Amino acid sequence: MAKANEIKYLTAIKQEQPKKKFCRFKKYGIKYIDYKDIEFLKKFLNEQGKLLPRRLTGNSLKYQRKVSIAIKKARQMALLPFVTDLLK
Amino acid sequence: MNNYELMAIFTPVLSEDEFKASQKKYTDFIEANGGTITYSNPWGLKSLAYPIQKKTTAIYWVLEYSAPSDLNEKLKVQFLRDDQSLRHLITVLDKHAVEYNAKKRSGVKHSDTEKVEA
Repeated sequence: MAKANEIKYLTAIKQEQPKKKFCRFKKYGIKYIDYKDIEFLKKFLNEQGKLLPRRLTGNSLKYQRKVSIAIKKARQMALLPFVTDLLK
Repeated sequence: MNNYELMAIFTPVLSEDEFKASQKKYTDFIEANGGTITYSNPWGLKSLAYPIQKKTTAIYWVLEYSAPSDLNEKLKVQFLRDDQSLRHLITVLDKHAVEYNAKKRSGVKHSDTEKVEA
């Protein structure tokens, strides 16, 4: 019986490891997200100023909700725009 | 006695003295009603992310205070009556928030200022 790594396929199967995603708040022990810190909050927005989904940012649910609330407060206080085209 | 944080936005046409007088008015109001001011941080003139009342810049002011819980309603009413204030936001600070603010003031480097790529 041929070993697994000797079997050749017509199209080689991809073997790349998925990049490990982690919740940066849990990892670094950050407990409070400040709505005034817009440079930090911009990491969680796309170029149009929209919130990025949790599967892209890697946050846990608890902290994604806190981020979301902080961003909405910042939008209220005109620190971040609601809609734009050139955020980054 | 809870810790609160107020962020207020004023019209950009205010002069230095008028701005200081406004700040004083609100701090006096808080103290007269049994609160204590922890920290006042006027950011000054800043660009807005979108126009408010047709204005593109405004004067920001952040105030941290601790007060009994019935003060906030009265404070909100004061802001709504004031013609010079555009927006105001009062946040309750939990223990982590208070710690964060204290650290920020004393200039300790946070772990989240290390640039972590999204």
